Amino acid sequence: MAVDDIKTAPRNNGEPEALERVVILFVGDSGDGMQLTGTQFSDTSAMLGNDIATFPNYPAEIRAPQGSVYGVSGFQVHIGQTEISTPGDDVDVLVAMNPAALKTNLHSVSPGKTLIIDTDSFTKKNLGKAGYESNPLEDDSLDNYKVIQAPITTLTRTSILDIGLDNKSMNRSKNMFALGMVFWMFSRPLTHTERFLENKFKNKPKVIEANKRALKAGYNYADTLELLPSAHTILPAKMKPGKYRIIMGNSATAWGFLAAAEKANLDLFLGSYPITPASDILHELSKHQHFGVKTFQAEDEIAGVCSAIGAAFAGDLAITTTSGPGLALKGEAVGLALITELPMVIVDVQRGGPSTGLPTKTEQSDLLQSLHGRNGDSPVIVIAASTPANCFDYAYEASRLALEHMTPVILLTDGYIANGSEPWKIKEMSELSPITPRLEKAENAEDWQVYARDTEKLARNWAIPGTPGLEHRIGGLEKDKLTGNVSYVPDNHEYMVKIRAEKIKRVENYIPDLTIEGAQEGDLLVVGWGGTYGSLHTAVNYMNETGDKIGYVHFNYLNPMPKNTEEVFKKFKKILVCELNMGQLAAVLRSRYPEYNFLKYNKIQGLPFTIMELVQKFNQMLGNEPIII
Amino acid sequence: MENPKYTFKDMASDQEVRWCPGCDDYVILRSVQKALPELGISRENFVFISGIGCSSRFPYYMNTYGMHSIHGRAPAIATGVKLANPDLSVWVITGDGDSMAIGGNHFIHVVRRNVDLNIILFNNEIYGLTKGQFSPTSSVGLRTKSSPYGNTQPPFHPGSLAMGAQARFFARVPGNVPKEMTALFVEAEKFHGTSVIEVLQNCVIFNDAVFEGVTHKDVRADAQLWVEHGKPMIFGKDKNKGLVLNGLKLETVTIGENGITEDDILVHDAEEVDNTLHLMLSKLQTPTVMGVIRSVKDVTLGDRVAAQMAEVKKTTKFKSVNDLLLSGETWEVE
Repeated sequence: MAVDDIKTAPRNNGEPEALERVVILFVGDSGDGMQLTGTQFSDTSAMLGNDIATFPNYPAEIRAPQGSVYGVSGFQVHIGQTEISTPGDDVDVLVAMNPAALKTNLHSVSPGKTLIIDTDSFTKKNLGKAGYESNPLEDDSLDNYKVIQAPITTLTRTSILDIGLDNKSMNRSKNMFALGMVFWMFSRPLTHTERFLENKFKNKPKVIEANKRALKAGYNYADTLELLPSAHTILPAKMKPGKYRIIMGNSATAWGFLAAAEKANLDLFLGSYPITPASDILHELSKHQHFGVKTFQAEDEIAGVCSAIGAAFAGDLAITTTSGPGLALKGEAVGLALITELPMVIVDVQRGGPSTGLPTKTEQSDLLQSLHGRNGDSPVIVIAASTPANCFDYAYEASRLALEHMTPVILLTDGYIANGSEPWKIKEMSELSPITPRLEKAENAEDWQVYARDTEKLARNWAIPGTPGLEHRIGGLEKDKLTGNVSYVPDNHEYMVKIRAEKIKRVENYIPDLTIEGAQEGDLLVVGWGGTYGSLHTAVNYMNETGDKIGYVHFNYLNPMPKNTEEVFKKFKKILVCELNMGQLAAVLRSRYPEYNFLKYNKIQGLPFTIMELVQKFNQMLGNEPIII
Repeated sequence: MENPKYTFKDMASDQEVRWCPGCDDYVILRSVQKALPELGISRENFVFISGIGCSSRFPYYMNTYGMHSIHGRAPAIATGVKLANPDLSVWVITGDGDSMAIGGNHFIHVVRRNVDLNIILFNNEIYGLTKGQFSPTSSVGLRTKSSPYGNTQPPFHPGSLAMGAQARFFARVPGNVPKEMTALFVEAEKFHGTSVIEVLQNCVIFNDAVFEGVTHKDVRADAQLWVEHGKPMIFGKDKNKGLVLNGLKLETVTIGENGITEDDILVHDAEEVDNTLHLMLSKLQTPTVMGVIRSVKDVTLGDRVAAQMAEVKKTTKFKSVNDLLLSGETWEVE
């Protein structure tokens, strides 16, 4: 079978052959339920103890015309018994529900690998829509692949004909048939998905029955199909002991805020306007009113951030969530939060830009906007999560920094980690560091000044409306350094601009140093930030296991940067900054550390790095021969 | 502090008031400072949020909590304040440029949602702080710095905009009657829901006397109709003019002429849910209607949020975030 060339673990007698890892890509029309199918496969695998990484790749159109190439929706999942940090470069099994799906994704499947194809959808009409001149199932274009042709639509309908659903509803179960086949191929149990279906369609018993039957039918079909060799399995990965769950980036972000609010003993407020790919944070937090969370769906992006500023003034842990275009609209208000020195977190789930750009695709091109996208000298803390699961940690960290340093914090994630999921070793509340909001007390009213600062962090205290004796006014006008009253005094303005900058700079004393992965010094240092961690970490590991030793640092703190940053740069001859943009971090590093030469490696396709392209680049940097793939 | 006794002086901050001499803003400021002590609310529970413009300097002059925010956004910020702490008495201070132009979207949405706060709309039909451009409430033809040959943009009527956004409380007051203004502010705060109070505020520098035909003491008795819930809509210096409905139009009649008696005059019903007549009253120019035009009790956003949250809290299985983290499908790695 096609997965034979994957490095395999020792074979157990009588058991399915164990593979070290496998990459499966489910693709179909955007209405075919491919996201759900992929999620079910990855969740089931995670629960069997595999490490996983997922990559949903879907169009911006909700239901693009059926069968069209721009309506293709895909979900890639990489599962393994070793550490898995990316969705994988090369697809081992492609499940294509129609010609357009095959046409647009065949390039990511190497010859010799497996294609599972719903032959029912390969009609003349659909072939035409996909731009095929002849049927690839009939000509020789797929000769180099292991092709499993199955009339999935017909088989699905046959298996559920007697339930009494209309044709359209019956067709909706075909994704479960395909999933059943793949479950059999990789020896996965059906139980998790069956439970999921029972829950999702609680009030639609016919739909539950149809989907469960289609799933089972697909499983049984694969079992009896002569085309399929014996099933494979992927044994559990060696993971740190503990309790795990699957988590998606956006949910992890939402949960990080819930945890921070509970730890800080504050109510959580989210002011937000729907925008792809950030809306899931709003959806998730909206479910959790039981924790006292208030989610306010505002009339626009500006009202989203402004309502959060109001909530911050009134004493809540205040959040606003958005993506690039929304951050542009929020710029002026972030400046207000900054000059009033109120604590809040602005989440930007980055997507391809500029303008509306690529709403459903990933990019890292809002770094400069986050650092500089406001009028005036207006520094804020900027941090970035780097994996789906650590969105939890950085949402928590953003809250901590905002509340303890009295400043807005921009938290950057991106479409790739926001929609991706992975197993998460659950952090319980007791494991999280304390958060101490700087609440001013009524008994200090006598000597209190609005803008009095502590000498170390330079943060002011937070005086909440409702506290007797602390009545005060703040606003967007420049203020006196102590009283907060409006001041146009030239020296006072310069002082205030500088102290606001110094306050942010001193945050470096409260964040961790960079740690170098791989070689601790040498010829090449790879530098990354944000959501590219999985790809860079895997590619650097590959290099260090197979050849030249290189070093790697990853920035989660963009402003301020860790204190040992320059020390790290000193240890390497060449520094290569890898980003999914035109070189924004490189530009920042050049201005902050002008004595070093920062080389760039950039990709701007709305897609994550592949391991192979990174490895090629690293080798080129080291003067090695290119690897022949 | 139980029912603290304040005077207006307790509500004034130590900051020097910097509006132009003769500006109606002084009247509004003093009227608010006089209204607050009558409300039985502790001073620390008042919050004034403003946007940008002359009027928006207002919070600096109040010895309460306050924020002078950014242009047009005060309703959104105030909504956040009120949702975060429903116990606060929240006031939005805004002008016609701030709330009808750059902040028009926030204005209609805060009104639509019926957030329990008070909006004092300083309408002077001009941009003052930017030194004299026409505003969204300026009349067509008004010559300003940005319309030297006359304004070509038809105006908004704040009352119509508020009614269109389903305002539950709308009142209007001239900028030169502190006593009536104070009483209206008290009534607005006591109303549970969004209260919009339009003040016809004279700008002595850039649009002087724009309301003079309505507000001048020599003409006001005939030019203004002060409505009161349950009372016939009678006005005029001889108290003999009144409003009747003629078909779909409001018409001014004289009591004692053409067989008209006081019984023929429309009785003001500020609490009527259907806002048709309130809209007509708010649009009427001769006479210009003052006082509480509309005051209809309704559920507020805060009420709904609180009720829903209480319901969800009752049925949840999550007592703490830890319960959530450990919920659903989890597995143990040995």
